[in-house]
Amino acid sequence: MAKKRGSATGTKKPRGKPKSKKDAVDLRRLEPVLKKYREERGAIIPMLQQAQAVYGYLPQSVMERVAEAGGVSPSEVYGVVTFYTQFRLKPVGDYVIRVCHGTACHVNGAERITETIAGQLGIDEGGTTDDSKFTLESVVCLGCCSLAPVMMINEETYGRLTPKKVRTILKSY
Amino acid sequence: MAGKRSTTTIKVGLGSCGIAAGARKVWDALEQELNRDGIKADLKITGCIGMCFREPLVEVTDQRGTVTYGDMTPERVQRMLEEHVRDGTPVDEWIVRGEGYDRPDDAFLEKQYRIVLRNCGIIDPENIEEYMGRQGYAALEKALGEYSPEQVIEIITQSGLRGRGGAGFPTGVKWSFARRAPDRGVKYVVCNADEGDPGAFMDRSTLEGDPHTVIEGMLIAGYAIGASDGYIYVRAEYPLAVKRLHIALDQARTRGFVGENILGTDFSFEIKIKEGAGAFVCGEETALIASIEGRRGMPRLRPPFPATCGLWGQPTNINNVETFANVPWIILNGAEAFSALGTEKSKGTKVFALAGKTARGGLVEVPMGITLREVVNDIGGGTISGVPVKAVQMGGPSGGCIPASLMDTRVDYEEVTSTGAIMGSGGMVVLDETTCMVDVAKFFLSFTQRESCGKCTFCRIGTRRMLEILTRISGGKAREKDIDLLGDLAAKIKMASLCGLGQTAPNPVLTTLRYFRDEYEAHVNEKRCPATVCRPLLTVEIDEEKCTGCGACKAVCPVHAIVGEKKQPHRIDHDLCTRCKMCYETCKFDAVSVR
Repeated sequence: MAKKRGSATGTKKPRGKPKSKKDAVDLRRLEPVLKKYREERGAIIPMLQQAQAVYGYLPQSVMERVAEAGGVSPSEVYGVVTFYTQFRLKPVGDYVIRVCHGTACHVNGAERITETIAGQLGIDEGGTTDDSKFTLESVVCLGCCSLAPVMMINEETYGRLTPKKVRTILKSY
Repeated sequence: MAGKRSTTTIKVGLGSCGIAAGARKVWDALEQELNRDGIKADLKITGCIGMCFREPLVEVTDQRGTVTYGDMTPERVQRMLEEHVRDGTPVDEWIVRGEGYDRPDDAFLEKQYRIVLRNCGIIDPENIEEYMGRQGYAALEKALGEYSPEQVIEIITQSGLRGRGGAGFPTGVKWSFARRAPDRGVKYVVCNADEGDPGAFMDRSTLEGDPHTVIEGMLIAGYAIGASDGYIYVRAEYPLAVKRLHIALDQARTRGFVGENILGTDFSFEIKIKEGAGAFVCGEETALIASIEGRRGMPRLRPPFPATCGLWGQPTNINNVETFANVPWIILNGAEAFSALGTEKSKGTKVFALAGKTARGGLVEVPMGITLREVVNDIGGGTISGVPVKAVQMGGPSGGCIPASLMDTRVDYEEVTSTGAIMGSGGMVVLDETTCMVDVAKFFLSFTQRESCGKCTFCRIGTRRMLEILTRISGGKAREKDIDLLGDLAAKIKMASLCGLGQTAPNPVLTTLRYFRDEYEAHVNEKRCPATVCRPLLTVEIDEEKCTGCGACKAVCPVHAIVGEKKQPHRIDHDLCTRCKMCYETCKFDAVSVR
């Protein structure tokens, strides 16, 4: 693995909203989500998915509120959150880079793509840059195997990557 | 001018892989250019035709016929419109397929037979009219109007359709279990669209390209077993498939195909979409049910089977996307038409996601009974590198590697199983001689180890121990008995795991051990990786005689392990070097060697 340079930080620096403290989230934004699923059976997962869409991750207070609304214990919600890879307990950068490590990407050099990005941004896999701009993640398969190796930056997909191409793409952000 | 030309239709393949290759930008360019210089054509979207290796694809149909342009770019749009649409002269050099054109890529489609993908890449998946224009929902009408539920089950049984999710259980038999289950008020039909195998994208392409056929298949299943509610459990990582399913469901509801009293009968059926949150084990039936119920997706002991006690304790029938997509075709064309295709025990067709080192990667649907050689060489065009094929990986983490020497194996559930691999859901990854089989085994095991839900000890801990052994082997720290230990652990994990994930997790190791034992032995005994993939076993050197000091390797090294002044021979700091081989591939003077 690439040697660690720079540091991966877990907390997002407050931007836009000054004075907002870590995990001090506005729970009112969650209410429309909870209302939507009030009548639905077993809706913990969709509630969490949409809560994450609102906050970018799942702060503790949000999980507690979802538990209350869903009529289950906070520990059960935490169990669900930690079971599924989609859920995040930490905030992420403005741009989430997801490098595909499916079979086709693996045999076509996905590891080097992750290394190149890690080296370029000075973070490890799973880390976020100090300026909260980028988060680097690995995913199991994006399903664009014929374009391997592939990565996504937020909603944009990039295929047939080479380390050189990756560096050019990163510079465009 | 315009009146004559507007008979032209331009279709852009906007599936996920098309979009990833830049199809959206091509679409935007077409939209912009079309309305400008008086060049008129109808612009339409379509799903994936399967030729992913030529994406973005643009198909132009006019009175002269249809041609497909491959590798399209926004820059190519203007010339294509002017020469082809305005002047009537197709741009020959960009055409990859068309009547009267002899193209090397024709071989990609020649041996295919399309049932599941019959509409993919042809219709606009967001327009129910186009689906109905190709006999869409006619099968539902026929089933409800002409057959009793028992007769529908009989037809499906006679057709020989088997579960396409991987296990190959006869679909008609499965339906009859759910039909006969005591009715306690409600029964469910669930579509398993939690396509989790790394290297597989069949279900995604089907859902993106023809969502209605899956919905129609579910409706017919619902009628056959007496269910009133359906769920589609689809990966959240497939946003486009989710979006198109929602559109299709709304349209089907408006048309009265989904909802109360469908087509004026007393059959009512509602379908909901549930997005999976990322857990491979949820492809297992009981885990999938737990996930829909909002819990951790952990499998449970069977029996009772979901057919009698499934979702919320009610009888539940679960089939895979591809299985459902076959159903309307079978109802319309009859069981005999379907069973005429294939081998004695494996009927119909199978969809594969052809990927890896293949020259023509994409989505293919072939009749059962075709050999792997035909799929890999004739359809896939061999390897992209020209290096010989070493093995074909089938069935993802539950499957195995079939060596090149067994390429005459036919696509047939039993025949594939006899090699140690499985048919699986349709992932087919071509591996060439530059692939290390120990590394492939390690790759899959690290996947299953991570995805093990943790319930069964042998799966939870056994896969971890196996991964540790494989890491030792590929890291040059193998112990003498490690290969035997791997085989021993594999057998025990298979025996003592509750669900398919654990029972099949050792397959990639077992098949590579069976067919590529010499590679394991080279790693263990000689501390050598013959394919030069396992990094700790490699040495990267710069030949100072050949090095010109151009600095290209230095610039490309991600860990800054290369030192040297401009125009002076460079050298590698082996403490920093990660053996990523980027310098090796960058060097134009053949000065870098990897051993």
